[in-house]
Amino acid sequence: MKKALIILSIVCTALVGFTTNTYFLITPKDVELKIPKGFPKPYYKFKNNKLSPEIFVLGRKLFYDPILSRDSTISCASCHQRIAAFGHFDHPLSHGINGLIGKRNVPALQNLIWQDTYMWDGGVNNLEVQPVSPITNPVEMNESIAHVIEKLKRNPTYASEFRIAFNDTSINSEHILKALAQFTGLMISADSRYDRFITGQDTFSTSEKNGLELFRDKCASCHAEPLFTDNTYRNNGIKPDSSLDDKGRGNITGRQFDDYKFKVPSLRNVERSYPYMHDGRFRNLKDVLNYYGDPSNFAPNTAKEMYEIGKLSEQDKKDLIAFLLTLTDKTFLYDRRFADPFTQ
Amino acid sequence: MASAVAGAMPFTGKHPDQGKLTIIFDHYVNDKILQFDTVAYNNELGQSFTVTKFKYYIGNIHLKKANGTETTYKDYYLVNEEEPSSKTINLNHIPTGSYTAIEFMIGVDSVDNCSGAQSGALDPINAMFWAWNTGYIFMKLEGKAPASTSPGNIFEFHIGGYKPPYSCIRKVLLYFDQPIPLSDTATKELHIKTDVAEILKTPVNIDFSKLSSVTDFHNATTIADNYMDMFSILSIR
Repeated sequence: MKKALIILSIVCTALVGFTTNTYFLITPKDVELKIPKGFPKPYYKFKNNKLSPEIFVLGRKLFYDPILSRDSTISCASCHQRIAAFGHFDHPLSHGINGLIGKRNVPALQNLIWQDTYMWDGGVNNLEVQPVSPITNPVEMNESIAHVIEKLKRNPTYASEFRIAFNDTSINSEHILKALAQFTGLMISADSRYDRFITGQDTFSTSEKNGLELFRDKCASCHAEPLFTDNTYRNNGIKPDSSLDDKGRGNITGRQFDDYKFKVPSLRNVERSYPYMHDGRFRNLKDVLNYYGDPSNFAPNTAKEMYEIGKLSEQDKKDLIAFLLTLTDKTFLYDRRFADPFTQ
Repeated sequence: MASAVAGAMPFTGKHPDQGKLTIIFDHYVNDKILQFDTVAYNNELGQSFTVTKFKYYIGNIHLKKANGTETTYKDYYLVNEEEPSSKTINLNHIPTGSYTAIEFMIGVDSVDNCSGAQSGALDPINAMFWAWNTGYIFMKLEGKAPASTSPGNIFEFHIGGYKPPYSCIRKVLLYFDQPIPLSDTATKELHIKTDVAEILKTPVNIDFSKLSSVTDFHNATTIADNYMDMFSILSIR
């Protein structure tokens, strides 16, 4: 009996070991850039940052490693959670080290290479330099890039991983940032039920079809298919929260004309990325549609597109929500390539 | 586009020529050599100040001949008072000839502000990089002035931005008194004076009691217009 147990445990260990290895193994095929059918050309083309399994794996590890924060307590993934389409599940505003709270809702991460700018205000102009912002922000990771490099250099595993990935012995900011860009840049969501419906591989219910029709009529002028954003900044009329004092795009351009405009977010995986708006003020999709469907809610200087929505009936809202839920992409959400490697 | 440590190569063509020019930036406040912390200077309004930090990017150096031809160096250099070696730039492979002027840019051009992760002079670890509104800080001048109302009476001028109308990129063109002959046998040393006092005047006199902190586009172009004329030729040896 004892012998049998030992043999069984060996077999189990071997099996677990085997499955774990394949689950986290990244092959050259895993890092091929496949532009989904119907998608435009990406802005970020991995130019001077040739995709490789070793660099991707390094980027994945950095993304999940709290070593990037000042006190090694939070990682990128602390706020960009896989279950929440890499947003922050159920958190209106971002959280940083020492329990500090930021000014904005954590955006979901997906299809980043089709964005010309990053952050709610579009202040960051290249995917590669985006991580510098959360790493150095005092209410996020509050760390310096120089110190991150120092910490990584002290770690023999990282030293060898950087050597393998970049074929050099130095760890520098360029390589850290490029590795992260490979990992986040390959986060592509293009296999939701909506995508399958468009390509004829799935069907929609009547309500979902009505929702799509309403969406195209009332929402798509900003949330343009197939990315569900037109990469512009608009004032959607929500009253500024004086405690946050956030002028959004205006802070970046210095033009009063841009005050209180924020990036139109993609709606892909919107089911998972609640709460909503740049300050996370709406708890659920129903609250969002209750707001959007009543123009009397809108503050001054609201984008004209908002008034084109008009009054939404209860049935409209139900149908729109039914449609929005078809944007949940389980292929992406459960893609093993983006799983936390520290769990293996 | 990283800076070359050993000595910059011209941007275009083959470079068989062996002319060399060493450019040395000498930091001054008016006619006194800049010293951090201990020495107090006066601005045009008679307000006293000390300097605790001074660094700036220059790039896109053109050496010009009288006949209009020029040799271009695309590299960027971060000149930092704290690091004496950063104040010397070696230009190599200069075509033989007689040079009459030097032109360069203060700052980092728009392409290199948008090119993602970079190394060398443009590595973000040099603390001359804005993360929240991507772009390089072209010039940092920090110090203390009793007239300043900022905490600790400090002043901080972090000037950058490449997007119009707030672009702080400025071109500098300096003519030599005498043409500089350069060839493989004649290496010359060009001393350029960088005058911190000029950052605080012409065209606008900076009043520390009214302006002690510039860390984004607000007032940035005012300082940029001031720093445009902070360079002059000191000597050619």
